[in-house]
Amino acid sequence: MRHIISLLLENESGALSRVAGLFSARGYNIESLTVAPTEDATLSRMTIVTTGSDDVIEQITKQLNKLVDVVKVVDLSEGEHIERELMLVKVRASGKDREEMKRMADIFRGRIIDVTDKSYTIELTGTGQKLDAFLDALEDGAVLETVRTGASGIGRGERILKV
Amino acid sequence: MELTGAEITVRCLADEGVDYIFGYPGGAVLHIYDEIFKQDRVKHILVRHEQAAVHAADGYARACEKPGCVLVTSGPGVTNAVTGIATAYMDSIPMVIVTGQVPTHAIGQDAFQEVDTVGITRPCVKHNFLVKDVRDLATTIKKAFYIATTGRPGPVLVDIPKDVTIARTEYEYPASVSMRSYNPVLKGHAGQIRKALALLTEAKRPMIYTGGGVVLGSASAELAQFVRNLGFPCTNTLMGLGGYPANDPLFMGMLGMHGTYEANMAMQHCDVLLAIGARFDDRVIGNPKHFFQEDRRIIHVDVDPSSISKRVRVDVPIVGDVREVLSEMNRQLAATGAKPDAAALKAWWTQIELWRARNCLKYDRNAAIIKPQMVIEKLHEITGGDAIVTSDVGQHQMWAAQFYRFDKPRRWINSGGLGTMGFGLPAALGAWLAHPESTVVCVTGEASIQMCIQELSTCKQYRAPIKIVNLNNRYMGMVRQWQEFFHGNRYAESYMDALPDFVKLTESYGHVGMRIEKPEDVEGALREAFSRKDDLVFMDFVTDQTENVFPMVPGGKGLSEMILV
Ligand SMILES: Cc1cc2nc3c(=O)[nH]c(=O)nc-3n(C[C@H](O)[C@H](O)[C@H](O)COP(=O)(O)OP(=O)(O)OC[C@H]3O[C@@H](n4cnc5c(N)ncnc54)[C@H](O)[C@@H]3O)c2cc1C
Ligand SMILES: Cc1ncc(C[n+]2csc(CCOP(=O)(O)OP(=O)(O)O)c2C)c(N)n1
Ligand SMILES: [Mg+2]
Repeated sequence: MRHIISLLLENESGALSRVAGLFSARGYNIESLTVAPTEDATLSRMTIVTTGSDDVIEQITKQLNKLVDVVKVVDLSEGEHIERELMLVKVRASGKDREEMKRMADIFRGRIIDVTDKSYTIELTGTGQKLDAFLDALEDGAVLETVRTGASGIGRGERILKV
Repeated sequence: MELTGAEITVRCLADEGVDYIFGYPGGAVLHIYDEIFKQDRVKHILVRHEQAAVHAADGYARACEKPGCVLVTSGPGVTNAVTGIATAYMDSIPMVIVTGQVPTHAIGQDAFQEVDTVGITRPCVKHNFLVKDVRDLATTIKKAFYIATTGRPGPVLVDIPKDVTIARTEYEYPASVSMRSYNPVLKGHAGQIRKALALLTEAKRPMIYTGGGVVLGSASAELAQFVRNLGFPCTNTLMGLGGYPANDPLFMGMLGMHGTYEANMAMQHCDVLLAIGARFDDRVIGNPKHFFQEDRRIIHVDVDPSSISKRVRVDVPIVGDVREVLSEMNRQLAATGAKPDAAALKAWWTQIELWRARNCLKYDRNAAIIKPQMVIEKLHEITGGDAIVTSDVGQHQMWAAQFYRFDKPRRWINSGGLGTMGFGLPAALGAWLAHPESTVVCVTGEASIQMCIQELSTCKQYRAPIKIVNLNNRYMGMVRQWQEFFHGNRYAESYMDALPDFVKLTESYGHVGMRIEKPEDVEGALREAFSRKDDLVFMDFVTDQTENVFPMVPGGKGLSEMILV
């Protein structure tokens, strides 16, 4: 099963490598991992998307909690949550395809943020599935380059992750 | 008054109550050594190899209830220490390791004797720190001791760049620290404890299985009260030996790969299992699939939540400190007056006695060659069962565990999790420093002892009167046993050729050496060695080369599928 795990960790050098090291040392999957500082400069917020059986996910959360630099861990997938990912995609956009590409970006609520004679760079946010769907909808060979951030997640409603 | 980082380091150790630090000097730690020289509160023990410094600190920590402490230089000092650190980590031993580092401005420049210490040791420490600012030094050292000794204990490393040892700041050692990200749970959940006791008192075939956690958490008294009150069978892991007195009739012996027939059978066939401070290691339950062929409820007490339901699904998890939880269990039992099912328990013990009658530890007592088991039995007799026994890794380790019936905790000191050959001798040195009034014995093999043999020199320097029992079978016996059982008697590279003359070798280090070749000489030799109170005596017992450790659960097999003699 796919799980999206959120953690708050001390903003210390090396904290990221402790988390990454844990996943590789214990053979856990990482689908994506994102991390950035929070409004509290002493804390970073990390979102990890992983897959595993219930037993494995239980071990992952326990092992993460055990890391001294980790302040809090929640498995967002245990409750209602929102998940977003940002993608920048550079696509071929010349001749008759140019209009069509603009239309596709609009349908997916993407924004064209850079333009050349032959290409568009489109910014798109959404769930991973939506980003996949956008790429699938493009014609073969249309995509020149993609870069995705991996998912960030947050609990729905009043649920907050705070120290 | 402002002090240098080096002065602060040593002052912190002294203020933390460290009496011994095990180490080896080098460029990056010269300022710290200079401060060690100028004071006498912290005594430095100079080993002959950094691995031994860590093992000695480890042996010290296991023998008393205090953390071990190590000081080594950057680069090769650190890499040599890594085996020792991993050994301590696997067995959850509290320890603080101070390492020198190249100056902050040189970090990342491939400087002389630079290694990424924090990176190299990260997977084998409970936590580690790189101190970049002298103003953080005292708090960091305090945190290191706090983390090392609380919750599930473990080694913590503090890496100090050379310029930080020169920089100055005001010194104040914090009386305590608190960390928002680190708060081990000690008190067990009362409701879970109630559930556990209900399961236990209703059990038809109960079993108590305890491990290193009982020793680390100093909970033997509480355990004995609990077990005796209920009259349940109790087994210990290799790490838990001495946690419950081996001479008590409720004791089933060690369980696991080389555990007793009765302990393994009871473990397999019990209907309620209480695991305390033990982690269902693969050497303990054998093949989990086979273990689960029998239906049983499992209660698991451990201070580390990640030990629970890691290899085995647990019905009643209890996160907490062993002593806290056992005390609460004893209190609730006394308060409710709950009693186990007497009739069922009687039938269960009848079954257990049948298993016990199999006498799985028997061996040929009339052999013409020295049997290693006999040496350990005699050792037990002559030391009154009251020695601190360290060991290396191999068959001799298993025989020591099986035949030196440990009645008290912290008397059995061995590397279980990592299985590090070379551990025994330096660990004995550390244990002796912790308890200089005690008899300290190192049970070893001719292969293992050569992995840290240089420590005979350290023992000379500090006049450590350790007694070394070398069960010399001219083989890496444990390897040879596997080759005999599972590799068609092809003894690839397990024969120990070109062995030194251990008697002469010991003598050249300034100690006493003895070679014992006949069974009838074993007792006399041991008596003579132990009468030499002030000498280190190396007893080289020439033992039966073909002897194997029984019972044995072969890899991949279930607990009840033992090979027996
Ligand atoms: C050659 C060889 C053969 C071996 N054969 C066997 C064998 O036959 N049988 C055997 O048992 N082992 C054997 N071992 C050892 C084995 O590899 C493991 O090291 C050992 O079984 C682990 O013991 P343990 O479960 O008691 O855990 P430990 O490693 O001692 O772990 C202690 C547990 O207690 C917890 N704990 C610590 N402090 C506390 C506290 N205060 N409160 C609560 N919980 C606490 C920890 O979180 C941890 O889960 C062998 C090793 C070697 C090298
Ligand atoms: C550092 C290290 N290397 C290799 C091993 C694998 N190993 C386990 S037991 C053993 C043989 C030990 O031989 P010896 O010390 O003579 O003890 P014996 O089994 O003969 O009693 C070996 C090589 C180990 N445990 N540790
Ligand atoms: Mg041998």
